[in-house]
Amino acid sequence: MITGVPVQYFLILATLMFFAGVYGFLTRRNLITMLMATELILNSVNINFMAFNRYLYPQKMEGMFFSLFVIAVAASEAAVAIAIIINIYRRFATINVEDVNQMKF
Amino acid sequence: MFVLFSVMIIVFSILTVTTRKILRAATYLLLVLVSTSGLYFMLNYQFMAAVQLTLYAGGIVVLIIFSILLTSHISQKFEPVGIKKTIFSGLAAIAGAILSIVTILDYQFSANTEAAKEVDMKLIGRSLLSVDYDGYVLPFEVISILLLAAMIAAIIVAKKGGPSNTKTPTYN
Repeated sequence: MITGVPVQYFLILATLMFFAGVYGFLTRRNLITMLMATELILNSVNINFMAFNRYLYPQKMEGMFFSLFVIAVAASEAAVAIAIIINIYRRFATINVEDVNQMKF
Repeated sequence: MFVLFSVMIIVFSILTVTTRKILRAATYLLLVLVSTSGLYFMLNYQFMAAVQLTLYAGGIVVLIIFSILLTSHISQKFEPVGIKKTIFSGLAAIAGAILSIVTILDYQFSANTEAAKEVDMKLIGRSLLSVDYDGYVLPFEVISILLLAAMIAAIIVAKKGGPSNTKTPTYN
């Protein structure tokens, strides 16, 4: 626990980061930048878990392990997403989401 | 110190989603992740800070930069986002942020003042592999299977050619 810093500061920080990610996800049209916005969102949730664990339940470790597993899921998600992006680029020569509309009915 | 880290996180997150050069966005994302790991150090979670540095800042950002180099021209700028889309997305994000912050400030968190548990490597290793009440062996195995499946899937998807799509015409 950091003296002089209440838990609300961490939560507000994570909220601002989360909604920066949401804004990026809504406005970006490039697949890689959308992936970066997703990483921002996942990372802000991790900050929340760690702060809750340290401030509200300092005797337990659930929050830490949860964010450990979130990091693992984020890593595998990034690997698969980048494989798909490279495949899309090879086939369409672009990674702009508006140009990739072969499956659109 | 906390103020420094949080200002860095907020400023660089916003720059990540607003900059018009893709490699700069990746660099700002790297700075955000490194400052997050600084916050974990301040919270006394050394192991998680190290994982954040190696896995996020080391692994994922390098992966993203490699895919940027493979798929984009560095000097190319994005065309600016439409004004209408900017306004509506910004309004949605700001409204959501205000709603969440009002709720957070409204709620009375009862901070626990008992002595914090020292989380060292030995304890983490024991808990990850223990089947007792505080053990996490099942999620650990599940995440191992998930990582293995994701790695195999990534290799299969990104593999060049193959019997089925050697002659596939390139669209566009």
